[in-house]
Order: sequence, then structure tokens, then C-alpha cells
Amino acid sequence: MQLAREELLRAYRTMKTIREFEERLHVDFATGEIPGFVHLYAGEEASGVGVMMNLDDRDYIASTHRGHGHCIAKGCDVDGMMAEIYGRTDGLCAGKGGSMHIADLDKGMMGANGIVGGGPPLICGAALANKNLGTGGVAVCFVGDGAFNQGTNAEGMNLAAVWKLPAIFVLENNGYAETTSSSWAIGGGNPVDRAKGFGLPGVSVDGFDFFAVHEAAKEAVERARAGDGPSFIETRLSRYYGHFEGDSQTYRGKDEVKEIRESVDALSQFREKVIGAALLESDDLDSIDGEVAELIDNSVSKAKASPLPTSEDLLTDVYVSY
Amino acid sequence: MARKISYQQAINEALDQEMERDETVVIMGEDVAGGLGSPGERDAWGGVLGVTKGLQPKYGDDRVLDTPITESGFIGAAVGAATAGLRPVAELMFIDFMGVCFDQIFNQAAKFRYMFGGKAETPVVIRTMYGAGLRAAAQHSQCLYPVFTHIPGLKVVTPSNPYDAKGLLIQSIRDNDPVIFCEHKFLYTLEGDVPEEPYAIPFGEANITREGDDVTIVTLGRMVHIANEAADNLAKDGVNCEVVDLRTTSPMDTETIIESVENTGRLVVLDEANPRCSIATDVSALVAQEAFGSLKAPIKMVTAPHTPVPFSDALEDMYIPDANQVSDAVRLVMEA
Repeated sequence: MQLAREELLRAYRTMKTIREFEERLHVDFATGEIPGFVHLYAGEEASGVGVMMNLDDRDYIASTHRGHGHCIAKGCDVDGMMAEIYGRTDGLCAGKGGSMHIADLDKGMMGANGIVGGGPPLICGAALANKNLGTGGVAVCFVGDGAFNQGTNAEGMNLAAVWKLPAIFVLENNGYAETTSSSWAIGGGNPVDRAKGFGLPGVSVDGFDFFAVHEAAKEAVERARAGDGPSFIETRLSRYYGHFEGDSQTYRGKDEVKEIRESVDALSQFREKVIGAALLESDDLDSIDGEVAELIDNSVSKAKASPLPTSEDLLTDVYVSY
Repeated sequence: MARKISYQQAINEALDQEMERDETVVIMGEDVAGGLGSPGERDAWGGVLGVTKGLQPKYGDDRVLDTPITESGFIGAAVGAATAGLRPVAELMFIDFMGVCFDQIFNQAAKFRYMFGGKAETPVVIRTMYGAGLRAAAQHSQCLYPVFTHIPGLKVVTPSNPYDAKGLLIQSIRDNDPVIFCEHKFLYTLEGDVPEEPYAIPFGEANITREGDDVTIVTLGRMVHIANEAADNLAKDGVNCEVVDLRTTSPMDTETIIESVENTGRLVVLDEANPRCSIATDVSALVAQEAFGSLKAPIKMVTAPHTPVPFSDALEDMYIPDANQVSDAVRLVMEA
């Protein structure tokens, strides 16, 4: 644990913001006020935050349909995100994207993505741009265990290898592609071996352990920034909710999520470790908890108060000839 | 100063001049130089038909990027690079290969600007070869520009001659939206007057290649030459056709089409693509809605049949619309 106090506080605040954001959506979605599909990241916070603590605005990420956590960790405005999910004009995409398409290019966030496996080719391009423009930036692709079996993922890893791109491929293996177990769906069984087959150095880490993810990502980002090519990281973790909100989750084991929450929860683990090592006080974290709860509360109020887009908005931001 | 060069040379010159002008312009694709990692020559092909030859020696490996055969990978990389500050020109060797990378084009590139609330620009050009006539059969000969034209967010360009090829490609590279630049493989050796200096032709401005008062023939790409040939033959019989070369199908110059039909009162649409949901049906629907009152005869479409492109030269020659079919269609609408 070589992180400074401010960094530890930031890591906790970001993980807590994601958790609170997602828990709130879980509750509010059930009221019917939120349109469309919502895929929650709760349970996976240590992965996104552990990686993103090594990045800055020069660095690009491509995300997934389960993208809220990546957005928050990459610095997207929480009010803008909530308004987007509510389909309002103050949304980050002016209500035209929604939960699956939140993006903020100024923050290097190339978008959550509604297409499973949409991201790997895109980050090859972002990494190439950073390389050619000499920004020193890298590009990170997050995929789930479902996308890991898409052809685009294989093509992305291969292209990054042959072009020696400053790219990092992060597999967030939460155990299920929709309802199907990753232990069944990933041929060969070991994702790290698959990445090594493309020549990418790879590691598999406990995705509930912020410090393990942070350390693995630090090494991969340093390798990319030094011009030594792409890397692969598998973070093994779990989602606390269904594939989407409304998923009955009959495919999961009895008490599976309850046991994970009680034993290895990312935020509880972090809390115990930093307090146990006397790096932070319980009060520090409690006050963050309070501030985050207020932030999320306010974001929901602002989202609901934000106007809906109008008929004029329908036809802007694209060439329309009819 | 204009001099005669080929369609293929005009495309190469446009790429060269834009790469010279703007160092964020990069090109990528399969064998765009060729020979990478191989024991023989570098820049071995310069693209499968030599269209990009000479650019890699001039601009180097960082700006002329050979790729593995990985269309989803590099088309997606071109799209991603475009959102991150480059102006990539990717070469999809044959338009038929869109089948293996279409997601990156229509779900990613086409959507970013709108889906991200106007905050993303995706200045990527995908150059691709299309069309029948080289006995390349069903998977290397299609005219798939109607599929791209259907997708909001994409711009679609189909130059018919060397002058347009250069000017429209320069415009495509400078445009901030994704552009599908469709090159008819039969036209690569066609020569025409092309100015040496760089110039851009705006999108959505059709070109009238023959003026006439009797019948409007709306067409595009290689078919412009078939239409001109038919118009020349018909003129000998006193039938004067106006030939409208669309140049771009998205945006499409609807104004010129309607003005011409309002003047002639008759429309033949000539399109090498399969007939269903094509440019031919699109233009027909437009005129039926906007200029029905001007029509003196039913609209006539001349297209390929609704079949895959056949291999045998006997069959392929029947498949591709020819000047006689156009003349027949024109005579039919004249008699109506």
C-alpha cells in the first residue's frame, strides 16, 4: 500500500460513489421512473477504480453496457450521468445516449457500449492516436466475460500486439455472460493463457481487492507508457444484481450474492485494510459516506427537474436529408 | 493545371496531398503498402490494385499502416483513432467485406455524434471497392452503397470519374463525419482531366453530365457512363436525355433531381445495385412524392436483377445494366 492518504481517500470516495449510484438506481428503477435498460456495476467497484486510479485525461477507455462505474471512475460528472439515465437535456449526452452510451471524450471516456465486444477495436485506434500524436497517453478496454469470446476481442488483442500499441485489455470476469457461466463459455478455461497466445503479458487478480487491481494496472500502464506494448488483466469478481434490472437471476446459486457481500465486498475489504494499517480513520470514511449519499440524492433531484428534450433536439447532431 | 490522369491516380494524389497538408491523416488497411515482415520488397502492392502505392515510402510506417487481415480490428481502430484526434483513411479492400466489420461502422462510427449528444466527431473515411464487371463473382462484386445510405450518421460517396474522385476524396478527408467512399473497380483505369492542385467538391451537389428536355436519367458511379452512352445514342433519334450523376447518395441532391424531372416530366433511374431498397427505389419514391404532378409517364427503374452477382462472363454481362436497357426504358417512358 504505497498510496498517499489523498489517493486512498479518492479511491474510497470513487468506489462509494459508484456503489451508492448503482444501489439508488436499483431502488428507483423498480418505481418505473427510469426508461430503458439498466445494467448495474455494484460489486465490481474495485476493478474500475483500481485501474482508473492509474489514468488521467490523456488516457482513453472503452467501456461496456455495464458502464456506470467506469464512467464515474474516469471522471464523468455524476449529475450529468444521472440526468442522462433519466433521458433529460442536462444529461451528458443531452438525453440521446442513455445508460448504455454515456460518454465524455474530454475525460477520455469513449463511451459505454451497447454492443458486447464493441470496444476492443476502438481502443486500438485511441492507443494509435496517442502514440502518433505523442501524448504519452494509453488506452484501456474493459470487456466482460461475454465479450471475451467475441471475435473483436481477439482481433483487438492481436492488432494491439502487432502494432505494439499502448493498450491494456481488462477482462472483468463476473462469472456470467447474461445467464451463462464463464466457466462453461471460455474455451481453454484460462483467459490469461489466451492473452499470452497473442503475446500479451497477462495476470489474473482478485477483482474485489482494490490494491491487487491497482498494482496490476500500474504495471500494465507503466509498460504501455514506456512503449513496451499492450497487456492483459483479468479481474475476477461478481455483480450484485442481475444482468439487467428486472433479471430474476434464477441461474444463480442460493445465497450466492449474500455470501459474497458478507465475505469479500470491495468496500468492506478496503475499509478494513486501511483502518487496520492505520492509514485512514473510520471517521474519514464515514464522512465520505455522508457526502456521497448527499451527492447521489441531489443528482436524482436534479435529473428529475431537468427538462425533457424537445422535437428540435430529435433532428440535431446528425446529417438529416429527409 | 489540369492534365489527364486515371481514377486510380486521382485517388492516390488526393491521399498524398492531404497527408502532406495534415499530419493527422493516416491510412491503414490490408497490404496498403504490403510486404511487411516478408523477405522481399516493401510497398510490394500499394493496395491490392496499387491505389496507395508510393505512400508508405514517402510517409513511413507510422502513417501508412499495414494491418493483418482483421477487418473488425482495423476498421474499428480507424473509428477509435478518429475520435481521438487522427483523420484515418481506412481501406476496406472490397465493399463485400463489410459483412465482417459492419458493427464498427454502423453501430459505432455512425452513432457517436448523435448518441453522445453532439460532443463526438468521427472524421474517418472508409475507402472501399465495389461493383461488377471483373468476373470476381458473388462475394467481390456487389454494390452495397444502399446499405450504408440507409444508416443515419454515415455519408456515402460514389465518384464516377477522376475529377470527382480527387475532389470528393479530399472533401471526405476534411469532413468531420464518417464517410464511406465507394470506388468502382471498373473505373480505376478511366482517364480524365484533373487539376494538379488540391480541391474539394462539396457533398450533396449532383453533376449534370448531359442536358436535355425529354427524359431525366438519374444515376451514379460507373452507370453514369452507361447513361451517357444511351443518351448519345438516343440524341441521334431526336430524344434528349438529361443525365444526373448523384455523386453522393448521403447527402443526396434532391433539389437537382426534382428540378430536372419538373422540366422533363419523365424519369428513368439507373442503378447497378440490386433493385430492392436501393438508390433506384429511393429516387423513385422521392419523385413520386415531390414531383408526381410533373410526371407524364410512370417512373422506370433500370437495375441489376435481384440475384447475387454471377461468375460466368456470359451471365455477368447480362447482370450489369447496359446502354440498350437504358435506351429501351427511355423509349418506353417517351411512348407512355
